[in-house]
Amino acid sequence: MLEMVLITLIKVLVVVVAVLTGCAYSTYMERKVLGRLQNRIGPSYAGPFGLLQPLADGLKLIFKEDIVPSNVERITFALAPMIAFIPALLSFAVIPFSSDFELFGYHITGMLSDLNIGILFIFAVTSLGVYGIVLAGWSSGSKYSLLGGLRATAQMISYEVAYGLSIIGVILIANTLSMRELVAIQEGITNWIIWKQPFGFLLYITAAIAETNRAPFDLPEAESELVAGYHTEYSSMRFSMFFIGEYANMLAVASVGTTLFFGGWNGPFLPPVLWFVIKVVAFMFCYIWLRATFPRLRYDQLMNFGWKVLFPLALLNTMVTAAWVML
Amino acid sequence: MTLDMFIFVFSAIVAVFGATMMISQRNPVAAVLYLIVSLVAQAVLYVQLGSVFMGAVLIIVYAGAILVLFVFVIMMLNLRGKEDLGDNSPPISRATKYIISMLMVAEFVFIVHGSVFSGPGGGMLEAETVAGFGSVEGIAKLLFTRYLYPFELTSILLLSAVVGAVVMAKRREIHEQSDSGSVSIDNDSNEGVK
Amino acid sequence: MFETLFPIIVLVTVATLIAGLLVTFSIVLGRRTKLGKKTEPYECGVEPVGTTKDPVPIKFYLVAVLFILFDIEVIFLYPWAVISRQLGIFGFVEMVIFVIILLVGYFYVLGQGALKWD
Repeated sequence: MLEMVLITLIKVLVVVVAVLTGCAYSTYMERKVLGRLQNRIGPSYAGPFGLLQPLADGLKLIFKEDIVPSNVERITFALAPMIAFIPALLSFAVIPFSSDFELFGYHITGMLSDLNIGILFIFAVTSLGVYGIVLAGWSSGSKYSLLGGLRATAQMISYEVAYGLSIIGVILIANTLSMRELVAIQEGITNWIIWKQPFGFLLYITAAIAETNRAPFDLPEAESELVAGYHTEYSSMRFSMFFIGEYANMLAVASVGTTLFFGGWNGPFLPPVLWFVIKVVAFMFCYIWLRATFPRLRYDQLMNFGWKVLFPLALLNTMVTAAWVML
Repeated sequence: MTLDMFIFVFSAIVAVFGATMMISQRNPVAAVLYLIVSLVAQAVLYVQLGSVFMGAVLIIVYAGAILVLFVFVIMMLNLRGKEDLGDNSPPISRATKYIISMLMVAEFVFIVHGSVFSGPGGGMLEAETVAGFGSVEGIAKLLFTRYLYPFELTSILLLSAVVGAVVMAKRREIHEQSDSGSVSIDNDSNEGVK
Repeated sequence: MFETLFPIIVLVTVATLIAGLLVTFSIVLGRRTKLGKKTEPYECGVEPVGTTKDPVPIKFYLVAVLFILFDIEVIFLYPWAVISRQLGIFGFVEMVIFVIILLVGYFYVLGQGALKWD
């Protein structure tokens, strides 16, 4: 019993530290890749190749002044960054990072919690992520925040339906909601679900980008019209909680995509964890690539696309997959 | 007390505490937040009972969807919790209210006591343990065989709700437009300008 | 159930602690200046115009209602997807009927222009 508790505690700490480091270096990767794509060199002063840049940024943010504007709803204003941050980390509870392994004579599973409805858990956690943003926008007492928060919420709930639908094709093929079993049936590159659900994958990635408020769907923080959207009034570490939350959400989406469509940690020669990381990094690269390529949509285009294109297509994909599975 | 028991007691207390705070709050946003806390605690209880699917659905549908609507309504009416909402309660004395609520509590206790603690099975009600009770497969099998008819009727219910929502919103929109446009955040009145 | 629930509870606790600690750090360690005008809402340095007291358009409310309804539909699809092979053609037909009834609602919404953003 005590052993189990200790192992769990250590595993949770390792995962949290890994995810937070992942978030920090995602920002580095984003700035570096975006720089290269725009013919710049990106951060290069702090440490070799600018590798210490995320650390410098983090320290700088901690020592910044924490401003609470005078006309905010104080309690909600203080809670909102935390509500944005916690669900973002929570998705990683059910993601299989690695195969099971033996360490110091203990059998250690490659995931924190082998919940038999892993996918639904992720869906549930994602649906809670809305509150951080809507409460931040509402409590800040600023027009930009209010509009950003409203837009973000309407966008997230609109795309959540398509997000949930796009996964159902995978479940129809795998007949399970457990992340562990999903990885198990995708051993060997030919068994990856992406080959059977290429269209489902496109729907997933589109809905997921909108769900994480990233370019070209980054309307909630459209700088040119809304300053910084829902976190306009936030400064210092409270601001960076939203920032970390956003990157943790991106990593979660990348991890889920890897597990659902690209065989999770399956791969030859290299250790499973490494394969997992490689696939997630490839995912993150696509995120940045998309940001560098596409201009931002207009809000009406965004909502129309979500309800009138993505939703029917996702439903069609589900029904066609079901018919195909039956035959 | 095992850790399992501790988690049960803790989430039970949090669930009841959240619900109590929810109904006693004057600030509507705080009330919604307490309701979310209560729902999450209830989801933990579901998971402990082995019904993980129900726990997830509780979070997705209630905490993730219905309460978002609540927040939108609060934003729409712009209830900031500072101004008094006015006392709309029926004109009965405070004592009567307390007596009625105590009667309600007594009724709940009576029903719960009668069904759970003194039913068959030596104090605790034995759950009907079908194979895969509470799992997604178990629920799905029941839903698509024995409860097929109610399931299909659900879609009719959802359909009528969709129609109802659209009709209500349309009426409200027309009402607001004739109200010299108190709607001000998006520019939906100037359709000619493109 | 305990082995699956416990790590999640630990993760929530750790995440909450980290969130609390980080915010406390910046409140304690962050530099402090006279706030003055800094506590006003952001408006590019000019005096803020208007308030946030305007009510929100009804459209957002409608989107939220439609989201709930279609979200429930999606939730029903999950258990069906898990046992779709066992249910076979019978289950498929059931689900097609379910989806068609909801599509009627969807096209009604489209026809009424309720999802029109302009």
